Order: sequence, then C-alpha cells, then structure tokens
Amino acid sequence: MPEIRNYTLNFGPQHPAAHGVLRLVLEMDGEVIERADPHIGLLHRATEKLAESKPYNQSIPYMDRLDYVSMMCNEHGYVMAIEKLLGVEVPERARYIRTLFDEITRILNHLMWLGTHALDVGAMTVFLYAFREREDLMDCYEAVSGARMHAAYYRVGGVYRDLPDEMPRYEANGFRSEQEIAQRNEARQGSLLDFIDDFANRFPGLVDEYETLLTDNRIWKQRTVGIGVVSPERALQMGFTGPMLRGSGVEWDLRKKQPYAAYDRVDFDIPVGVNGDCYDRYLVRVEELRQSTRIIKQCVQWLRDNPGPVIVQDHKVAPPSRAQMKDDMESLIHHFKLFTEGYCPPPGEAYAAVEAPKGEFGCYIISDGANKPYRLKIRAPGFAHLAAMDEMVKGHMLADVVAVIGTMDVVFGEIDR
Amino acid sequence: MNEYAERHRQLADTLRQRFAGNGCEVIEGPAEVTLVIPAAELIRVATELRDGEAFRFEELIDVCGVDYSQYGRDQWATGTETACGFGRGIDVEAAAAGEERERRFAAVYHLLSVSRNQRLRLRVFVDSEHPLVDSVVGIWNSANWFEREAFDLFGILFDGHPDLRRILTDYGFVGHPFRKDFPLSGEVEMRYDAERQRVVYEPVSIEPRLLGPRVIRHDNRYLDEANETQDAGDA
Repeated sequence: MPEIRNYTLNFGPQHPAAHGVLRLVLEMDGEVIERADPHIGLLHRATEKLAESKPYNQSIPYMDRLDYVSMMCNEHGYVMAIEKLLGVEVPERARYIRTLFDEITRILNHLMWLGTHALDVGAMTVFLYAFREREDLMDCYEAVSGARMHAAYYRVGGVYRDLPDEMPRYEANGFRSEQEIAQRNEARQGSLLDFIDDFANRFPGLVDEYETLLTDNRIWKQRTVGIGVVSPERALQMGFTGPMLRGSGVEWDLRKKQPYAAYDRVDFDIPVGVNGDCYDRYLVRVEELRQSTRIIKQCVQWLRDNPGPVIVQDHKVAPPSRAQMKDDMESLIHHFKLFTEGYCPPPGEAYAAVEAPKGEFGCYIISDGANKPYRLKIRAPGFAHLAAMDEMVKGHMLADVVAVIGTMDVVFGEIDR
Repeated sequence: MNEYAERHRQLADTLRQRFAGNGCEVIEGPAEVTLVIPAAELIRVATELRDGEAFRFEELIDVCGVDYSQYGRDQWATGTETACGFGRGIDVEAAAAGEERERRFAAVYHLLSVSRNQRLRLRVFVDSEHPLVDSVVGIWNSANWFEREAFDLFGILFDGHPDLRRILTDYGFVGHPFRKDFPLSGEVEMRYDAERQRVVYEPVSIEPRLLGPRVIRHDNRYLDEANETQDAGDA
C-alpha cells in the first residue's frame, strides 16, 4: 500500500488567481486544505513611514496607490482624518462631489472584482463586459482630475476643482471610421454630469447582463454556494467589514450608521446576505452596484441644481486661486507657504473611516503640531479579511481557495501598504 | 452626527465611572473617546469592553504601534531664526537628539461596537526597555495579524500571541523599520552581483536628504489647545 502523506503546496506569488503578490503556503491532505498560511508583504512600500516625512498634502497621491482599484475612497478616508484634526468644514457641493465619486469608485471596484472573480472561477465573458464599463468610469476620473486612476482629486477642505462643463471627446483618427467616432462621442456632447447621468441610466441594464451570465449559472453556483461560509459572530470576531460582513447577515454600513459626506441626504438601501457564503457575498456586491447607481443619480441631480464653492476658502489649508495670486501679495504668500511648508494641525489624534468598496478604510493620524503627521496608520479592510484565510478555506478543496480569494476582493496595494 | 457625538460623550462618562483610578485615563475629542490604561490592566479592561452591556465592542478594527520617542520635536527653530534673519536654520539631527522618553512605545487599539454604534480608542503604553504587552487575540481574533504587524514594525512583543512572526517585511529582515530611529532609506540595499552570480546585500549608498523640514508652528487658531499639550517649544 502506498504511503499517503500531507504535503505542502506553494500557491503564488506568481499566480494569476492570487490577485497580485499573495504567497499562500497550503498544507494539503490530498486535495483538501488542512492549513493555509498567507505570506504577505511582497508589495510593502512603508507608505505610513513615507507619510511621516512629508507635509500632509503630499501624501494624498500615496493613498491612490494603496487600494489601486478604489482610489478616491482611500483619499477620502485620509483627507477626512486631517479635516477632523483641523476642524475644517467641507462645503456642501464638495460633499456631494465626494459622494458621487465615492460611488463611481465603488462601481469601478466592484466591476473589477466581478470580472476577476468570475474569471478565476471560469467565466471569461463577464471580465470583458466589466472592463468595458470601467472604461467609461475611468473617463470620468480623467475628466475631473486628469488621471484615469491615480487621481489625487480630493483635498483637505474639499476637492481640487469643480466638475468640468465639457466632457472630452474622441478625436478622428486613422483606426476608426467617422461613424464609429461619432457613435462613441454621442454621450459626450454635454457636461461631465450629463455623461455620468447617461451612464447611470444605462448601467442597471448592464448589471442585468452580468446577472444573466452568473446569478442562475449552474457552474457559478456550484463553485460559490456553500463555499467559505462565515457566521455573523465569526465575521465580527475576525474584524470583517463591508460586503464581507454584510454577506454574513450583519447590517452594517458606515454610510448609513456613521454618515459622512452627503450620505445622510441620499436615499439608498443596504443589501444583506443570509448564508455568509461566496454566493451571498456576490449577490450583496451586485446589489451594491445597483444602489450605487441610485446614489449617483441623486448626486447628479443635486449637483446640477446647486452651484457653489468646492473647497474651503481658508487659504491656510487650501490654495488661493491663480487670479487672486496675481494681484494679492497675501495670497501669494499663502500659496508659497502652503506648498513649501504646508499646514500645522493642532496636536492631537483623529481616526476617520469611510465605507470603501472593500470595507472600512480608516486613517488614524497622530499630530504633534508639526506640518507632517507624527504617525499615520492606515486600516486596510483587506488586511483583516485575508487574515481569516486559514479559517475560511480549512476543509475545502484546492480549487475553492481561488473562489475564496476572489470573494475576499483582496488588493495587495492596501494589504501590504 | 450630533446624536453620534452625544453617545460618545455618554460613553466617556460611563468609562470614567467604571475605570476611574488604577491608572486609567479618559480623553475626549470631537466625537472620539480615548481610554489610556496601564499594560497590566489590558486583558481585564478589554474583556469588559467586549462583554459589558454599556460597551459591547464586538469588533477590533485595528491595532497600531506608535513610537513616541520624537514626539513634539521639530527640525527648524522657527522662533529664534525668525528673530535673527533669514538663516534656514534647519537641523536634521535636532529632532533625533534629546532625552529618551520614559514611555516610548504604545499599542493603540481601535474598537467598534456594531450593536451600539460607537467607537473607542484604547491606548496602552509599553515599557521601552522590554516592550511587552499581553496579546488580545483570545478576546478578538482579528488581533492576530495586527499584532504581528506591530511586532514586525515596532518590535512590540505580544505575550500569549499564538504565532508572533514578521509579516510585512522581507524574510530575514533585521530591525524594526517604523521605529523613529530607523532611517527612512533603510539599512541595507540589494543588488545582483554578476561575479558571484547571486543577490547581495550591502549597506545603503543613499545619502539621507531633507526636502522640507519638520516644523511646529503654534498657530493662533489652535493656541488654547496647543498650550495645554505642547512640550517646551522653541520659544
């Protein structure tokens, strides 16, 4: 009789289903997982330490690079913590713009998650569909900030600039016919808000498309139903937040429970799962896509009706306009001081958390009164989720590990920091 | 948000009643409550915070190590330099020098109560010679990786942790990189040596540089608060 022993399998860091640089050391009994030991830190860049050596504003672009598929939500958490330290009130219009872009970011993130999760489990088409829509949303990012991904759009006290009145259009080129260009530019004739509105009208139909591919798909259900089940008690014990917690049936959403930006003034629902398995978490996230569209529509309506400033007028914190700088000495000094030295929040500490697409993204800042943070701690949702890997995959088959990684929606930019 | 702030004011009162004495201190901020406790009390207080009817902190959101050794030190003597001319007056070493603080390390726990919708920050100062504190993994399982991280980056030891290994730094890394005396550019750099045909580690060749000095301004707007907490500044 051949001797059967446990053996150790190295999964990643160079594996397409490892979503980046996850190295998993799996102890297997045949094809059943006995123990999973995730090794992380391969993408560690010491963001928190770097932030200690820079004035507050200069760390905003680092935030984009944490969870690099939900860029603006990270910025939001960071600037909110500084605003709490400084005691700055954000103008109403900036609050709505932040709400709007947080939700655009949520859709961006969930589309990325949906596409890659389905791809890992064996469905190719969803990935292509999801990336088609991501393209439109990244155009919104680009229109407002100039960058498709790493926007650095949120600033302490508001956002960098108001929404553009004109949506950039495709130009004629040798690769596409004029007709095709005209068709692509159809939604881009008006302002950015018109473009977003058009997207929000189209999007629920597109979500239906994804759902026809997956929700009742036999293979999809076989791969996700009953996999990685987490009870609500365990979810709380293990520090789950966001869709991972809601999938287990805990109704907890910071946007409702501890509202920030303009979330207390928009209407939306929180989807909650029942069984706490991969399939329920899938359903929760798909419903969040629809709810985000609802929020976006309300924000677009409000932003159309209510012009106003988008950043505080306190020039100790936010730069004065170019025009002011040209003929006002004080504005010039403010500008110079702000960009060379920055601002000094009072000594103290603050923790601010936002409901990022993956869960609670929090920033804890300790200030000793200097122009640089004394200590910045980033609380990344994926970190706590990945820590539960061992518990979630124990007793499952090797192929289910991929489904569990997918359902966690891990991104190593934020986990390794 | 007022209701939320009010709830935290009540929480602070309850904490004061419950944990007053034995070295516990309650600090209130805008809609934030911090409880500072001695290291010996951690397990007892944490268990009560999780199970107590008034607290119900089911979830540990975050554990954060802090190195307070250079707190309140700046690299630019703004007061004297302003009086004597336009000298840049930057002193990179100034911040690093100075007497050792007695309470150098701290572990900061962020707690969240889902059922009562409240948050609490728990701070435990750790002995700087032997940074050892009890692990709360038994109370909140999520502490596992967070404590590993604090150990990796600050060298704080968690007594009773099931698996206290490094987590974020490289295999075989030496030192605790988030300590304030660890240089930003690190201690070693790595390159491929063609002769020896392997990767070699060498001391860093990067000159440390300072783009903008760390400066503490006593802004008039925050002066009341600043006076209470500021150390001997540069006046």
